[in-house]
Amino acid sequence: MDLEKFKVHGEPLIYGAMISIALATIGILVGLTYFKKWGYLWREWLTTVDHKKIGVMYILAALLMLFRGGVDAIMMRLQTAAPEMKFLDAQHYNEVFTTHGLIMILFMAMPFIIGLMNVIVPLQIGARDVAFPRLNAVSFWLFFFGAMLLNISFVIGGSPDAGWSAYFPLASLEFSPTVGNNYYSLALQISGIGTLITGVNFIVTILKMRAPGMKLMKMPMFTWSVLITNVIIVFAFPVLTVALALMMFDRLFGSQFFTMANGGMDMLWANLFWVWGHPEVYIVILPAFGIYSEIIATFSKKNLYGYTSMVFSMLIISLLSFLVWAHHFYTMGQGAMVNSFFSITTMAIAVPTGVKIFNWLFTLRKGRITFTTPMLYTLAFIPIFTIGGVTGVMLAMASADYQYHNTMFLVAHFHYVLIPGAVFAVIAGFHYWFPKVFGFRLNERLGKHSFWWIVISFNVTFFPLFFLGLMGMTRRMYTYSEESGFGPLNMLSFVGAVGLAIGFVLLVYNIYWSTRYMPRDTTSDPWDGRTLEWATHSPMPVYNFAIVPKVQTRDAFWSAKQDNMPLFEDKITKIHMPSNTGKPFILGVIFFFLGFFLVFSMWIPAIVAGVGVLIMLAAMSFDRDHGYYISVDEVMATEKKLMRGETV
Amino acid sequence: MKKKGPLYALFLSLILLLPGCSSLTVLNPKGPSARTLSDTIILSILVMLGVLAVVYILYIFVLVKYRAKKSNEGYIPEHEEGNKVLETIWIVIPIIIVAFLSVVTVKTTNAVENQAKEYKDQTPLVIYASSSNWKWHFSYPEEGIETVNYVNMPVHRAVEFRMYSFGSITSLWIPQLAGQKYAMSDMLTTLHLSADTEGSYMGRNANFSGKGFAHMEFEALVMSSKDYDDWVKEVKETAPKLTEEEFKGLLATDYLGRKTYSSTHLEFSPPPGDHGEHMSGEGKEMDMDNGNMDHQDNKEIHPSPEPSSETEFDSKPNPEVEQPLPSSPVDEHTHDSNS
Repeated sequence: MDLEKFKVHGEPLIYGAMISIALATIGILVGLTYFKKWGYLWREWLTTVDHKKIGVMYILAALLMLFRGGVDAIMMRLQTAAPEMKFLDAQHYNEVFTTHGLIMILFMAMPFIIGLMNVIVPLQIGARDVAFPRLNAVSFWLFFFGAMLLNISFVIGGSPDAGWSAYFPLASLEFSPTVGNNYYSLALQISGIGTLITGVNFIVTILKMRAPGMKLMKMPMFTWSVLITNVIIVFAFPVLTVALALMMFDRLFGSQFFTMANGGMDMLWANLFWVWGHPEVYIVILPAFGIYSEIIATFSKKNLYGYTSMVFSMLIISLLSFLVWAHHFYTMGQGAMVNSFFSITTMAIAVPTGVKIFNWLFTLRKGRITFTTPMLYTLAFIPIFTIGGVTGVMLAMASADYQYHNTMFLVAHFHYVLIPGAVFAVIAGFHYWFPKVFGFRLNERLGKHSFWWIVISFNVTFFPLFFLGLMGMTRRMYTYSEESGFGPLNMLSFVGAVGLAIGFVLLVYNIYWSTRYMPRDTTSDPWDGRTLEWATHSPMPVYNFAIVPKVQTRDAFWSAKQDNMPLFEDKITKIHMPSNTGKPFILGVIFFFLGFFLVFSMWIPAIVAGVGVLIMLAAMSFDRDHGYYISVDEVMATEKKLMRGETV
Repeated sequence: MKKKGPLYALFLSLILLLPGCSSLTVLNPKGPSARTLSDTIILSILVMLGVLAVVYILYIFVLVKYRAKKSNEGYIPEHEEGNKVLETIWIVIPIIIVAFLSVVTVKTTNAVENQAKEYKDQTPLVIYASSSNWKWHFSYPEEGIETVNYVNMPVHRAVEFRMYSFGSITSLWIPQLAGQKYAMSDMLTTLHLSADTEGSYMGRNANFSGKGFAHMEFEALVMSSKDYDDWVKEVKETAPKLTEEEFKGLLATDYLGRKTYSSTHLEFSPPPGDHGEHMSGEGKEMDMDNGNMDHQDNKEIHPSPEPSSETEFDSKPNPEVEQPLPSSPVDEHTHDSNS
């Protein structure tokens, strides 16, 4: 075996990262041992099947990845801040923008959203857990170890460097001989399987486990968006699974699906990738629409305007999302006819999206708007996302796209869509639901400071890119000449990126500060909420609701408060809960090693790990643990404690 | 109101920062194809500014009017289900806008996929543009010459680029003359362009293709037809022949400066099957299995077209051979000799 393959050639930045990773790992291990937290960690987190804790772990991992991807972003903006910068070389820059894209979409935005849906959706529908709690743990650990596999790539063997879309033949063994794209195919595969399982799990949860009385058209908008998102996941992710498997065969076993000879087709990869990749955009944006709908309704003290058209617009968007993938390569020479078809379907998405924007504006109308931190993010989303939307329509016009394609204009557009559309949403949702999970609010003053830094810097960073695109600057250029004239606007963009970093650091400082100093909530309904999640205690007990609520209206909790519609009428009975299990975690660890060995073509260890995976799957299938009951007395005791504001 | 201030300040400062519109290469076209695209872009910007204005005005209005104040303390808004008429309005108006833009898109896409109508009666000058690693090979089958990393074209002449790649997908882009199109290993794509102003224009690969991508630029020099003919003649007389060995050497090298040859590589290394022709011809046919049949390994069945003997230049002899070659600054990025 060739140990050379593990080495990443001499870059002081990477050596620095290696040392800090090693130190941090040692620090964590020593800390856990010193404070005797191993048992706690294992019992409470690694083996948990509780949807709330799994959600929290998703969000924690996503926040970590936000910083990892953010550091990548700063490095990119620094490298291009001035002409002929020497901060990164071409290879390193290529790895940085590839992992930035992968991490931000797949390991930040999506898990953050899956984390929020894990925490909130069962509460919003009045359920005690998701439909398959252990499968939920499998989902999380597959995502987590997939993410870890991709993250070690830059210190062991080198990161993928062919762009997050990994077009062939560039991503083939011939043109990318390092192991970077092996990591791509395996890390994405492992976490992608996790996501697919989540999709199935949440469709079943939402369809089968709603509280009595909650008809589909009475579901909160966030739950609706999650349902539609998970349907998209179930339709789109199998395409990714197949594409990545073919990619793995090409790279590891010498098959020729996407090569230049022997019948391989590079365009096949592009098609498969975007048949998944375009719906993926909606996988991160539709739940964001759901989050905004909840927040707008809460903080303007009104029910959501045009609920029915909101639901139908999301359904239409989800259908159209599968009919537009070719707009990612209008320039591939498929001719005016095909391009026109995809132009029209793409522009059609603007119609349902516009419906949503106007419905939100009309929700605000005649309301009483309070400007809390989550509401500020929501309100900032509307004008900024509209810019993203209208530039999207401009890009959708095939002819014009021949000039925008692969330029900074495109980069500006999708950041104007994804940052307000997904990042602001998860931050807003994070601030909004934080007190539900932890029992205290984040500091509003710090939250607003961080908000203004983020929103203003975002525009400073990305607005100049529209002009750079029109000036002829393509994306993914690690350097450019003085004469090109790209310098000043790139410098401005770098300044904005620094501001964004300050904003995100403030956000984390806020979490730290609030954990220490913010007063604990006593009401469990700090925002005067409208939906069922606010009807239980904060933080909520393991069983969510002592009594399963009965729903009569859309904003069930609001009606309960406003019109005294009773929610909890039944008596407390014993509650069935699933027991914890370490198997999903162990499965994730084995998958990690399987992926790692395959990346380096270490066949014998890989076969051993593969057998390990099969054994774990069998062990989980034949598991006879049917969970346990919480007795009525125990429930009563917990409820009493929670009433007094104690945590359990 | 509070949050709009910084946004507008930013917008204004950005506009002031811009050194005028001419630096926006895409909106400074020098040929009919790029002009069509530039007009389309400006039209779409205007329509979209209208959409933005409506949303922003409504947005500012509701935020100012319905914010929580002392005076409306304790006010609990009424339940409001929605309004069929209003919702229909904001479904129908966007549909009208999208329909309008769709018509524009279909028309302009067809226009730029074909020869510009100003040059419809000309037989286009065919130039094969192929990429390998981080360089561009331009073959002129009619003239029997080949250049590397620069391309010369006569002004006021329909030019048809036929693109393919010896490696990664690349995208040929001369923003002031035409929109870009991919060059791929298993399919020939076609790009029609023509220039109405002489000058030196920036051309580059716009699709990420690995390590040397940032440097994959070339100069597109548009010259008078007389200068062009002189140049061709000079090349034929003075430049060496491109042998198969020489070409293999070029392919194997990562970076190259400019090269000029008095024969093309098309004879011994023919391009992949010509799907570009009927794919983008009249836009009426679709071929869903594009490229599947026509691969590098069976490309022998697609011989490259015979050099045409009927170009309009053959009729015009050019006596002034001694005139020097048009200057072609290697690293000049002022993509416009006029400015």
